[in-house]
Amino acid sequence: MTELYTTIIGLEVHVQLATASKLFCGCSTRFGAEPNTQTCPVCTGLPGTLPVMNRHAFELALQTAVALNCEIPAFTKWDRKQYYYPDLPKNYQISQYDLPMSQHGHLDISDPKGGFEPKRVRILRAHLEEDAGKSLHDEIAGKGDSLIDLNRTGTPLLEIVSEPDMRSSLEAKTFLNELKLLLTYIGVSDCNMQEGSLRVDANVNLHIDTPQGKVATPIVEIKNMNSFRAVERALDYEAQRQWREWQETKRKLGDAPKQTRGWDDVAGVTRGQRSKEESSDYRYFPDPDLVPVTTTSTEVDSIRQSLGELPATLRNRLETDFSLSAYDADVLIKQGRPIVDYYFVVAEESGDTKAAANWVTQDILRTLKDLNTTIDAIPVPAAALADLIRKIKSGDVPSPRAREVFQAMVENRCDVAAAMEKLGIAAVDESELFALCQKLLAANPKTIADVRAGKVQAIGAIIGQAKKQNPNVDPTRIREICLQLIEAAP
Amino acid sequence: MVLTDLSAAEHLRNLESGSISSVELTQAYLDRIEAVEKKVDAFLRIDGDRALQQAAEVDAKHAKRQPLGRLAGLPIAIKDILCERGQTTTCASRMLEHFRPPYDATAITRLRAADAVFLGRTNMDEFAMGGSTESSAYKVTRNPWDLERSPGGSSGGSAAAVAAGMAPFAIGTDTGGSIRQPAGLCGVVGMKPTYGRVSRYGLVAYASSLDQIGAFGQSVEDAALLLESIAGHDPRDSTSLNVPVPPYSQTVNKPLANVRIGWVREHFGPGLDSEVEAAIRAALEVYKSLGATLHEISLPHSKYAVATYYVIAPSEASSNLARYDGVHFGYRTDENEMLAELAADRKRLETGGDKIGLDRLDSALVRMYRRTRAEGFGPEVKRRIMLGTYALSAGYYDAYYLKALKVRRLIRQDFDQAFAKVDLIAGPITPAPAFKIGEMAGDPLALYLVDIYTVSANLAGIPGLCLPCGQSKTGLPIGLQLQAPALEEDRLLRGARMYEQATHWHKNRAMI
Repeated sequence: MTELYTTIIGLEVHVQLATASKLFCGCSTRFGAEPNTQTCPVCTGLPGTLPVMNRHAFELALQTAVALNCEIPAFTKWDRKQYYYPDLPKNYQISQYDLPMSQHGHLDISDPKGGFEPKRVRILRAHLEEDAGKSLHDEIAGKGDSLIDLNRTGTPLLEIVSEPDMRSSLEAKTFLNELKLLLTYIGVSDCNMQEGSLRVDANVNLHIDTPQGKVATPIVEIKNMNSFRAVERALDYEAQRQWREWQETKRKLGDAPKQTRGWDDVAGVTRGQRSKEESSDYRYFPDPDLVPVTTTSTEVDSIRQSLGELPATLRNRLETDFSLSAYDADVLIKQGRPIVDYYFVVAEESGDTKAAANWVTQDILRTLKDLNTTIDAIPVPAAALADLIRKIKSGDVPSPRAREVFQAMVENRCDVAAAMEKLGIAAVDESELFALCQKLLAANPKTIADVRAGKVQAIGAIIGQAKKQNPNVDPTRIREICLQLIEAAP
Repeated sequence: MVLTDLSAAEHLRNLESGSISSVELTQAYLDRIEAVEKKVDAFLRIDGDRALQQAAEVDAKHAKRQPLGRLAGLPIAIKDILCERGQTTTCASRMLEHFRPPYDATAITRLRAADAVFLGRTNMDEFAMGGSTESSAYKVTRNPWDLERSPGGSSGGSAAAVAAGMAPFAIGTDTGGSIRQPAGLCGVVGMKPTYGRVSRYGLVAYASSLDQIGAFGQSVEDAALLLESIAGHDPRDSTSLNVPVPPYSQTVNKPLANVRIGWVREHFGPGLDSEVEAAIRAALEVYKSLGATLHEISLPHSKYAVATYYVIAPSEASSNLARYDGVHFGYRTDENEMLAELAADRKRLETGGDKIGLDRLDSALVRMYRRTRAEGFGPEVKRRIMLGTYALSAGYYDAYYLKALKVRRLIRQDFDQAFAKVDLIAGPITPAPAFKIGEMAGDPLALYLVDIYTVSANLAGIPGLCLPCGQSKTGLPIGLQLQAPALEEDRLLRGARMYEQATHWHKNRAMI
């Protein structure tokens, strides 16, 4: 009896919005400050203090929601989500419950390597909320002391909840990459997972085909995944674990409450977290300290216009207008908008979109890495690279030495001509090449004999000598001329 | 007449003319406090030295002809629920016994800018929850008219201080009647402005959608003066209204012409004391004699107001008071005792082999929360936290909280319809004059019903004012409540002042 299953995955992504100050007070959101130095009476929840919404945070959330093709309701409000925890000083979190600021969007994903069919992942909702603080548990010597850092308390978070539309860890990873790309393109978040600017929880279960029909396994929420790679591994592990568990227990959705499991990256396993006796009741209710926020369709339109080209559109343009492969387009897009813009200039000015893509995705990216710099500060401006590509095509730059020229341009921050001069590269004219070949053939009668005997590769020795005498010669051309001369000789 | 019998507005005229200094005035009130406070217990803290120093600073400014604030040199008493930087603010709770806020409430900032002199902090019901000032963790305040009786609450300390001549005027807060009701029971003027008129920043929250800071005074003029000094938009309170504040003190003495006074049919039902009813009907006749027309109106949903209030206010309170957990500030249970108790519990369960009990045993954190809140809060606060937690719980939310919000809207609509026909609504403030201390102690529901005439204004967000309009045979003050549409404080004050000037009730002083 064979049973097949489908993995059903939904993601909840918390994104820290790139505001200078917190969601409901003026404190800085800078990462890495000394504990409890970026706090005030409001974000520490002292009695009598009141929250005031940071308009900029709401605007960034709106931009994201529009970029995710969400509906933006005219009216949204704030709710209190109530639970006790020491790093939540008010013992409630200001969040959004039944009227989120956006809902019903989507994000299209595809795999350039063809790992799955392109698909649309629906976004259930995206809502704004304040972050909690950080608890640091110091269990040295069994003391069990905990320290609380409230610097992060009140930082604006956008919680983006997908529908359970993903069917594999690859789809989930691709969704996350595409989401991160979108967020960094529109500049609403730095999406730094190490600093907690982007956090992912996954909900996963299996739909199993049994002779009795389709059966769903209990849904598990996975937490503690600190990289996209970890998400991928955790999902793979969890699918297999649920499959094993199904075979052992035959437990279906509804037979057990939703379970939360933590990902242990070192051990490579998910572990059940201590389940609460009863499901938590957050006692949501509208926050009476805040006023509802209204958004007009005019505002939404103006945001849509201000967003510019989003990664999906750009990718499409690179593939159709610039004839790039899906793979090349993807590599370029992933580098971010400034590099794509750089590519556009190189491609347009050089007239060779493919060569431009090769140079940008290989040499430029490597140079950026070597110099540890950004595209704005690269020593080779787009126009200079375009010039190089043109000159290679025209033969002004001997193609075997093109990389040398590029390197010289990088090192000396100079244009193509200056780099060639520095390297002593001069175009060799045809008569010079003929003279050189004649001279070398005359000195190597054995080569002529070998070639005539069918050992064409013997030409290699001549090419070597030619390069020694004049490093600028084009070996292909030498080969062509020599063969021509040998054939023409009596 | 003694100096401390004058109203704040009268003192201000004397201060401005230079016929008295702020130090002299402040000293007179400190002397009066010295004489009667031990009988009344209106204050939680009195800081005479600081008051005299502030007064001296105002006098110095006055002497140098430097610009002075609106309340320059006037001593004021402040309910112990407004945060002031570096000054203990307890809300009459053990929970905040040693709490010193690192910030000022906006109302405090404005009073300071107005050059008021801070006499001290007045007693109140714990976290403003109550109507008798008996739920204070520290002391029971007595009604200056009869020391066996309650001054009402929750701002009972402020009302009693003004009634006993220990302060010419005072700050209170009103969530369900907490200014107007004690004003009525103590025979002084008390006013709750429109919700959003005065910033709530720094007012320790009880029920955020109902709380409002307001004024007590010897006269309506005092209320006008004080409101004018603290009202206005505050960017730190999202619910504060961004509308200009009229110069109430300049217009308060202009009577309203042809004012239409509404009296509410539902207010004159069973439960209303006959002396109170007679006083209110007499007050309506006074208005008639002043050229007003009287109109019978109906507020059909007012009968649900108390029930609605006691769902919404505790719901918000249960959330607002969640922060008092012993973690970051305020009272925390004795940790060693707590850990010892936990260890003993564990040992007992282990000895008894009670696995389920062991599994359910609190973590140290949860036990700390439990003990801190059990020890830090008094019974009335706990009662309301439990009511609110219940009302917001899954499965009950729709039946209680959501339903209450719907009824609240209906109550507001009642007022909208009423104010289409009348300019002001007049009626009783409480069903009866001041009750005896302890009289309601065993019956919280009876005390909740005292709020029957006051909670509607909070639910509707409209301004309300209470001023003296009579005396019972036993010599207790009777209060008249006036209500106006939202933001019509100017109309409310003028309407009250015209009555006050035509009567003598506000001149009566408690004999103490």
